[in-house]
Amino acid sequence: MQILSKVWLFCALLFISSTASAQLTIEITRGSDQAVPIGVVPFAGAEGMSEDIAQIVQDDLERSGLFEPLERSAMFEKPSQAEEVEFGTWRSLDVRYLVVGRAQQSGNGYQLQFELMDISGQRRMIGETVTANANDLRGAAHYISDQVFEAITDIRGAFSTSIAYITAQGLGDNMQFGLYISDADGHNSQQVLTSDQPIMSPAWSPDGRKLAYVSFESERPAIYIQDVATGQRVQATSFEGINGAPVWSPDGRRIAMSLSKDGQPEIYVMDIGSRSVEQLTNSNSIDTEPAWSPDGRSLLFTSDRSGGPQIYQYSLGSGETKRVTFTGNYNARARYSPDGDQIFLIHRSSRGYQVARQDLDGGRLVVLSDSTRDESPSVAPNGTMVIFATQQGNNGVLSAVSADGRSSFRLPAAQGDVRDPAWSPFLN
Amino acid sequence: MQLKPLARSLAVALSIVVIAGCSSTGGTQDGDSYGSQDGSSMGAGTSGAGTSGQYGSTTGSGSGAGQQADSRIPEVRTIYFDYDRDSIKSEYESAVMAHARYLRANPNAQVVLHGHTDERGTREYNMALGERRARAVQRFLNIQGVSPSQMSVVSYGEERPAASGQTESAYSQNRRVVFNY
Repeated sequence: MQILSKVWLFCALLFISSTASAQLTIEITRGSDQAVPIGVVPFAGAEGMSEDIAQIVQDDLERSGLFEPLERSAMFEKPSQAEEVEFGTWRSLDVRYLVVGRAQQSGNGYQLQFELMDISGQRRMIGETVTANANDLRGAAHYISDQVFEAITDIRGAFSTSIAYITAQGLGDNMQFGLYISDADGHNSQQVLTSDQPIMSPAWSPDGRKLAYVSFESERPAIYIQDVATGQRVQATSFEGINGAPVWSPDGRRIAMSLSKDGQPEIYVMDIGSRSVEQLTNSNSIDTEPAWSPDGRSLLFTSDRSGGPQIYQYSLGSGETKRVTFTGNYNARARYSPDGDQIFLIHRSSRGYQVARQDLDGGRLVVLSDSTRDESPSVAPNGTMVIFATQQGNNGVLSAVSADGRSSFRLPAAQGDVRDPAWSPFLN
Repeated sequence: MQLKPLARSLAVALSIVVIAGCSSTGGTQDGDSYGSQDGSSMGAGTSGAGTSGQYGSTTGSGSGAGQQADSRIPEVRTIYFDYDRDSIKSEYESAVMAHARYLRANPNAQVVLHGHTDERGTREYNMALGERRARAVQRFLNIQGVSPSQMSVVSYGEERPAASGQTESAYSQNRRVVFNY
């Protein structure tokens, strides 16, 4: 066993930078026909603020696919608190819910007071005053979106989460790779690592504080673990052959990975504390792309033991493996839904490689995406959206589709390829 | 296709080195034009041997001219693969043979075989497919008598494409194994 118990490296490759060369923007590509009409009224007292709080909330809600925001130009009243809301006015605009609020400067930041109104029920649902730092107004807005989303849907909002992703530019021997973290809406991208060698497969620790990823910086693949806040990192593996596809166990103590040190790639589990690895699969075929079930008891993985790639489930208790996918001849890179009942994966259909969903205990496989060069699906921690990489023209872009397939949006980058997205767990 | 002239000249060079009559023009699977040239030179070098012998010892008739050629790293350092395949196409066998001769003649030489795939399919699965291609070349070289200690394999999967775009032409340039000395 050649595990490097290397000390934490302060690597020269590491740059934390707030300049965003890979800034992502949002394009809604498909709106749900069942989206709920909602109005988000511009906040009173927001003049001079660096961010438009109501616009951020409105964009968050629209991106979820569950809401259809009312155009601002259609709002002929601008209430900023519950007492000012004329229910009849908004009912005539077919709005079901209304978000109103006001901002007040306070020290180095703002007090943001918001209220959510149920128009058809003619009642105030929730309200809260949020203290926001001047440099984290977007974070405060996402917090408000989370509260509004949960009050209406009963599903925890995932707007205050992050996305890790990889950028690439160039060809062949002349390439630049970057590992970035941004807000879930693509804003505030921060460069975590750059390299002229490939970086791939970022994976969040369950507490959202660390990333595991594959880097070829030593001219061969190795898995690294990096602390997001401090940038400190350690090389976790340096086995012969493939060191790939890291994913954390739900308890954060182990990492499942694919290693080919003894021939074909097999699924292994590494204990992060001791660095010892245990081999789970043993087949004369490719076994890779593990995903840990939310209850920690089983793993999905891709194997071509039946010929083409299919999804299998390994039970940690019994050591038994069973095949999960049977539709078509290419199903790969599966991820569990947060409740563990469904899986999201890449399915090769007659049109191409697409994001699909299937019940874990059999059932029909449902294609969710319209695009046909999809890769790397990653599920939002509340299970409502799946982000994935696809192609737009000749560029790799990030795209997302709702878990029911009804709505989708895209996050194109200004330049280069963006790929390999990993949606963070709930943060804070 | 950039490689075609190289492959052609190598095939010609081989047929000069290995002066033997060819009794067969077979040995190709794809039936394309330059594949059959390589196929015939392969057949020439392995007179009378069975299937395994085709990949077995080919030296013996090489002698002087061959040794001269073996002092330099062979020029063709990239070979290409069919979609979803890891078998070495017959048109590239002579190129791989040249590397085998070079590595045998230079026991201190080290080669890293870089396996690559086109962009279709998932990244980590492609990593495994790229490794499969590089290992197929490694096995071939090993059967040719190259010491395992001279070879290592690194798969880059789809991470380092040689050509961009979603065309069959780009894909075919990306499905490759590169010999790195």
